[in-house]
Amino acid sequence: MRIAIPDSAAPAESPSEQVSRREILRRFLQGDLVSLRVIFAIALIWIVFQSQNDRFLSATNLTNLFLQITPVALISVGVVMALLLGEIDLSIGAVSGLAASVMAVLNVKNGWDPTLAIIAGVLTGAAIGLGQGLLFTRFRIPSFVVTLAGLLAWQGALLQVLGGTGTVNLTNSSITNLANTFYSDAVGWIVAAAAIGVFALVTLGGYVRRHGSGVTAEPLGLLLLRVGVFAAVAIVAVAIFNSDRGLPLAVLILLGFVVGFQLLTTRTTFGRHLFAVGGSAEAARRAGIRVDGMRVVAFTLCSSMAAVGGVMAASRLLAVNQSSGGSDLLLLAIAGPVIAGTSLFGGRGSVWSALLGAIVIGSISNGMDLLAFESSVKFMVTGGVLLAAVVVDALARMRRQEQGRV
Amino acid sequence: MNGNGAVLATSGVSKSFGPVQALADVDFAVDAGEVVGLVGDNGAGKSTLVKSIAGIYSIDSGQLYFEGEPVTIKGPNAATELGIATVYQDLALCDNLDVVANLFLGQEEVIGGPGRLARVLDETAMEERSHELLEQLSVTIPSVRSEVGTLSGGQRQQVAVARSLLGEPKVVMLDEPTAALGVPQTKQVLALIKRLRERDLGVIVVSHNLANVFEVCDRIYVLRLGREGGDFRVAETSEEQIVAAITGAEFGNGNGARREPA
Repeated sequence: MRIAIPDSAAPAESPSEQVSRREILRRFLQGDLVSLRVIFAIALIWIVFQSQNDRFLSATNLTNLFLQITPVALISVGVVMALLLGEIDLSIGAVSGLAASVMAVLNVKNGWDPTLAIIAGVLTGAAIGLGQGLLFTRFRIPSFVVTLAGLLAWQGALLQVLGGTGTVNLTNSSITNLANTFYSDAVGWIVAAAAIGVFALVTLGGYVRRHGSGVTAEPLGLLLLRVGVFAAVAIVAVAIFNSDRGLPLAVLILLGFVVGFQLLTTRTTFGRHLFAVGGSAEAARRAGIRVDGMRVVAFTLCSSMAAVGGVMAASRLLAVNQSSGGSDLLLLAIAGPVIAGTSLFGGRGSVWSALLGAIVIGSISNGMDLLAFESSVKFMVTGGVLLAAVVVDALARMRRQEQGRV
Repeated sequence: MNGNGAVLATSGVSKSFGPVQALADVDFAVDAGEVVGLVGDNGAGKSTLVKSIAGIYSIDSGQLYFEGEPVTIKGPNAATELGIATVYQDLALCDNLDVVANLFLGQEEVIGGPGRLARVLDETAMEERSHELLEQLSVTIPSVRSEVGTLSGGQRQQVAVARSLLGEPKVVMLDEPTAALGVPQTKQVLALIKRLRERDLGVIVVSHNLANVFEVCDRIYVLRLGREGGDFRVAETSEEQIVAAITGAEFGNGNGARREPA
């Protein structure tokens, strides 16, 4: 059963080798196919909008697009933690607004150091997540009810914190720079080169290690292709950013969180247990995993990321007001990962989907703005896209059940 | 009786749920390298006995012995640490994870990493050990990286049994291991049980299927209405005798001490 897969076609393969090889291919397709499908959808959306308005794919508009999606994508990263458990957090929008208002009031009205104010804002989110997680696990109240109550309560807290004026303008440069800093061309290229180098090292290092110990490794060609695609995307992205204002700090922060959480969920015991609880809470419990502990931590991470997204949104808007974190932010932050393949039923998905989903929704919204569509049309189109994505998720689940896989 | 020689023994174990006496004065034992079938009608107390040994229920009176030493088992984790592994009927596998992840769930091999909560997984080491373990047990699956949800019932059962062996247990309890399996899959699982015996484990098999029990067990312990209904050596017993002991009908002479239910 111990098989190393040669990267070129071996002359004679035993049947088990073929099976194993097909299995690897199947895993690759299943794992990456969801992402490929979404990337294909993004390409289609971009082509359609570009054909209607040739400013859509301009460097300036693409940079704006990524700045627009950054707050939502940051919130979505946290949402994925809840979704992987098969739970949902409806309070994320309100929490993002409240955390931003805490930061703004502490900095502007109380004269706190901007870094401390940001930390206080994020800790507010963490504390809320901890509280909601404990309520959810202790009293066995469905998470959507706990967080629905939270949605209302934190909306009220936002108004309370902002006080009579209802708006706090941010003037401190440390805070506003988060969303308004652009790096020089040289820095952009250095970041791209470093990212490509690290990605190649990790990918090929893993291959060498697995190959050396004789366990199944993905074909080398596939890994090289992946490194190549990654390098191409990084280079094109930096080239686009550089021909506008430069690589935005906000995008770097977003990518940092996405990569960090991606590693946390795929490479650590925490991530493994998160998927296990989402797949079968009973099985996880019997394996000695503290299921309720995992839930509390996941909800804490979710609310913390909502707070991070709220801080970023405030930095971009240069203010916090009564509608911060309101409107469709909550729904878009949940819709994004689901559109990009994270299951609402738990146990399946990735942090990566938070970024891809935000790009899909952001592109549609941005494109329709460019074409001066009415809000009414925008809402209906976005709703349609979400519905289509959920139907695809449900279909995939039904197909798995037909194959005896739940 | 203090379970001399037996790897696991119970002495006078009783357990009731309110007015229902689920177990009454049960003396049960399993030796190392022995497969004992635990049979009885529905509600005879088989599950209660298994769960009492597995630490899920606390017993009202009586004593458990593990390797001759009197023990009190507080909770499932205590049983596992002691060396008693249990494979439940509903398997307790995560369908969305692959075989390696399921085998090591809750006891992952790690490289290190920040904090107790999130250590970096050592996938290569886990995959190697999975290959080793499954090879030893002659378990055949398409790939250790297959999602468990894609496996057949027999393969899932074998993965569940293999999983229970990772903690190096002395006793393995299998709850209805062949229920809902086809003929070839049942054969695979029975062969696996025989390999557990070769590894010198004490194996307890709870089953309704007497044909399977006769094929794989050395001894059959019958529970009837929460009491011992007989203890038979398979080689010297007919299926009719077991059926009689299960139903309480008079039939011939059982080899074990039979008591009428009170």
